Amino acid sequence: MTQYYLSHLEELEAEAIFVIREVVSQFEKPALLFSGGKDSIVLAHLSRKAFYPSRIPFPLIHIDTGHNFPETIAFRDELVKELGVQLIVGSVQKSIDDGKVREETGANASRNALQTVTLLDTLEEYKIDAAMGGARRDEEKARAKERFFSHRDEFGQWDPKNQRPELWNLFNGKKHMGEHFRVFPISNWTEMDVWQYIQSQDIALPSLYFSHQRDCVVRDGVILAKSDFVQLKPNEEIKNLTVRYRTCGDMPITGAVESEADDLDKIIAEVATTRTTERGTRADDKRGETAMEDRKKSGYF
Amino acid sequence: MSIQETNQLLRFTTAGSVDDGKSTLIGRLLYDSKSIFEDQIEAVKTSSEKKGFDYVDLSLLTDGLKSEREQGITIDVAYRYFATPKRKFIIADTPGHIQYTRNMVTGASTANLAIILIDARKGLLEQTFRHSFIASLLKIPHVIVCVNKMDLVDYDEEVYQKIIKSYKDFASKMEIKDIHFVPISALNGDNVVDRSTNMKWYEGPTLLYLLENVHIASDFNHIDCRFPVQMVIRPHTHEHQDFRGYAGRIEGGIFKPGDEVKVLPTGFTSKIKSIELDGKPIEEAFSPMSVTMTLEDELDISRGDMLVRPNNMPSVSQDINVMICWMSTKPLAGRTKLLLKHTTQECQVMVKEILYRVNVNTLHREEGVEQIGMNDIARISIRSSKPLFFDSYRKNRQTGSIILIDPNTNETVAAGMVI
Repeated sequence: MTQYYLSHLEELEAEAIFVIREVVSQFEKPALLFSGGKDSIVLAHLSRKAFYPSRIPFPLIHIDTGHNFPETIAFRDELVKELGVQLIVGSVQKSIDDGKVREETGANASRNALQTVTLLDTLEEYKIDAAMGGARRDEEKARAKERFFSHRDEFGQWDPKNQRPELWNLFNGKKHMGEHFRVFPISNWTEMDVWQYIQSQDIALPSLYFSHQRDCVVRDGVILAKSDFVQLKPNEEIKNLTVRYRTCGDMPITGAVESEADDLDKIIAEVATTRTTERGTRADDKRGETAMEDRKKSGYF
Repeated sequence: MSIQETNQLLRFTTAGSVDDGKSTLIGRLLYDSKSIFEDQIEAVKTSSEKKGFDYVDLSLLTDGLKSEREQGITIDVAYRYFATPKRKFIIADTPGHIQYTRNMVTGASTANLAIILIDARKGLLEQTFRHSFIASLLKIPHVIVCVNKMDLVDYDEEVYQKIIKSYKDFASKMEIKDIHFVPISALNGDNVVDRSTNMKWYEGPTLLYLLENVHIASDFNHIDCRFPVQMVIRPHTHEHQDFRGYAGRIEGGIFKPGDEVKVLPTGFTSKIKSIELDGKPIEEAFSPMSVTMTLEDELDISRGDMLVRPNNMPSVSQDINVMICWMSTKPLAGRTKLLLKHTTQECQVMVKEILYRVNVNTLHREEGVEQIGMNDIARISIRSSKPLFFDSYRKNRQTGSIILIDPNTNETVAAGMVI
């Protein structure tokens, strides 16, 4: 006899597809924020499923900090070709050149915070009224209170104390002119769910996620890849380590973990036993106890 | 691993204030199930020290926003995740004070199960009634009553028995299908994950055992077929020239290819040609699956329409009675125009009459009220600008629920359950 219930991955998939379809139904110009990381790759996969045999009816937006891993960019271009979707690239370098933002200086300089300006400008330029992202509530404590449909005012800001209640699966995407929404279809997924889903669906990922040899520098306990964007401090040295990445941000701020996990089975086993959060390797979250909340309020993902 | 091989998902809600030990209980579940990471524990330890505590305050794990950490209270609904080898859990962690009724209702709307905490020293309080009433109002199928802080009453069985007896007396007036009781100490971990050695007189399961084993497969309606059309998929490509698929989520019953279906509101009938997702056929589709359906006949169907079985129709009407929880600071008066969302439909409604308000502490009906304020629960009658296809909330939590939106501010101002 058939069992009339879904497994947790099937239920999470059904929920995410419902949300993605709701976005296309409720908004005029949605888009998918594509970072090249595993969460946004899963989102692209879910979008393809949601509309098949139609093509994905919205563009992918990539905010290019200029500090991306080359592997991420190559993967992005390949995926866009395969899906047959439009790619919009917002360039942080251009925002700097236009004098809209000023680059941070010093050894820990990063372009992470600058992205927000480029992102908001890009959304405005293309009149995007709903930007879907792969953020998950288990990632960080401020994100635990994020809605599926997250309202942003005309300055792109998030007001955590004044969020709309979200009941059942009735999503309210009503807005005034100039306002927009961020939508997070995989809000309820955990890191483990994402990995199990990637495995069950056989989804291709950038090579960064799998164990490889890399020249690195260890700074404040974070393993950073050697690159033109990371300046060595005195007493720091380059070491060749066997590493992989758990998240896929900018080269200067995304820490690797030492790992021998070179396939999905090994990664899942590693995730199951690991004792630090995936954003624990992110230098951008270590800038204070409410670093994420503060960035989100000003319009970050 | 295939997508079907994984575990079931259980969504539960907890309501309570810091005093009940709610945050400590959640902290305990996360900690004992090894769902807390070292860097999270480190962060909480540092914060606890900064505040001058001599213990690790596990509630800091759950209170995420700056203002909450400053005030030491939970303001909003926060979602937490943990998994055991048996199940994956989503906790909707909500504040318990009366001024946060709307947050409790929000958290309860998607829950299969509610945990209600009672302080063993204090017994049943006003908020116990309130939390139980909300669980009953939102038709959460399962309730676990945890009598907490048993360590502070010397693990006395008599105290426990007295509390559960008075709870049962009062719960008999409400509609809760499935109630369980567990004596616990969240602080010490008694009967949370591991069996307590301090309460040998208790022979029932631990809280985690209940969470892992409560029967949730029947929580969705698998009897009355309901498929609200979310969108129409028309690829217009060379290979799929004539493809016309209806995308949506099954909100009730079991649909199979070959089944006869009736389209609301037009009343046309057809047969299901295929049910699929991503081009892969599905033999039987049931709630809460997201699918794409095709029909044998070309019919005019769009978002907001509903496919049902001809011999099992929902109610079709423009006049409905609903219990609402008002969520806006601006009160509701009679004769107000609002927007309504129900399944994939949206239309204007007029609030015709406020029938009565329910006192959430005493459950008494207060008639003759002219205004409904924030956090009030009330029964109202509304008229919609077009017919709605609905079931009673008791029968189907998806086709029996609505939200109301203020057309001026676009805020969600009410959650409603069709009577």
